[in-house]
Amino acid sequence: MDIRVQSDPFDLGQMANEFAMRQSGMGAIVTFTGIVRDVAGGLDLMEIEHYPGMTEAALTQIAQEAVARFSLGDVLIIHRHGPLRPDDLIMMVATAAPHRAAAFEGADFLMDYLKSRAPFWKKEITREGADWVAAKDGDEAALKRW
Amino acid sequence: MDVLYFAWVRERIGRPKDVLETQAATVMDLIEELRVREVRYEAAFADLTAIRVAVDQELTDFDAPLANAREVAFFPPMTGG
Repeated sequence: MDIRVQSDPFDLGQMANEFAMRQSGMGAIVTFTGIVRDVAGGLDLMEIEHYPGMTEAALTQIAQEAVARFSLGDVLIIHRHGPLRPDDLIMMVATAAPHRAAAFEGADFLMDYLKSRAPFWKKEITREGADWVAAKDGDEAALKRW
Repeated sequence: MDVLYFAWVRERIGRPKDVLETQAATVMDLIEELRVREVRYEAAFADLTAIRVAVDQELTDFDAPLANAREVAFFPPMTGG
């Protein structure tokens, strides 16, 4: 398991490749990447705040739960904080499993829990001002399917 | 006890952290104590459906006990991913 919380950018290809290279006996790897999206137009910055200490603990707990539930061979989570621009990579997860169903499900589970159980908050800064991104009702509801 | 604030809770209160001496038995007792401190605290805690709490970095509920707690954090629903 590899959990990284960082302000620095990461190289998606390099991270995915390194993750794949260190597996053995795994038939499937799934990766998901989240990217800053300018939804309404005019987004200058997305500022991501987090809770140092709790963030790492929460991500580790979520990853351990995914490994146990889907019998994953390995999990990688990278999540950035600080100021990001449209089209910057925010985060990625990778899962390794013997078969693809578990790898896909594990990645899906990680993302649902990351959304509403990892202490990150996004603020969108546009020319008109700054607004905190509100959690969606659907984010909480998504946890119920697991 | 360290009381931490994040995102718009931090902005409404105007600081990231308070260090308090408190006899509050539960999270809710602590919120009641904070609310009467100043108007900006009252504003931050006006709608508790919009507030989440962690005690010693574990998510919990407003009725959670604070015995031996070192750190309490208040923040809006999380938006990771």
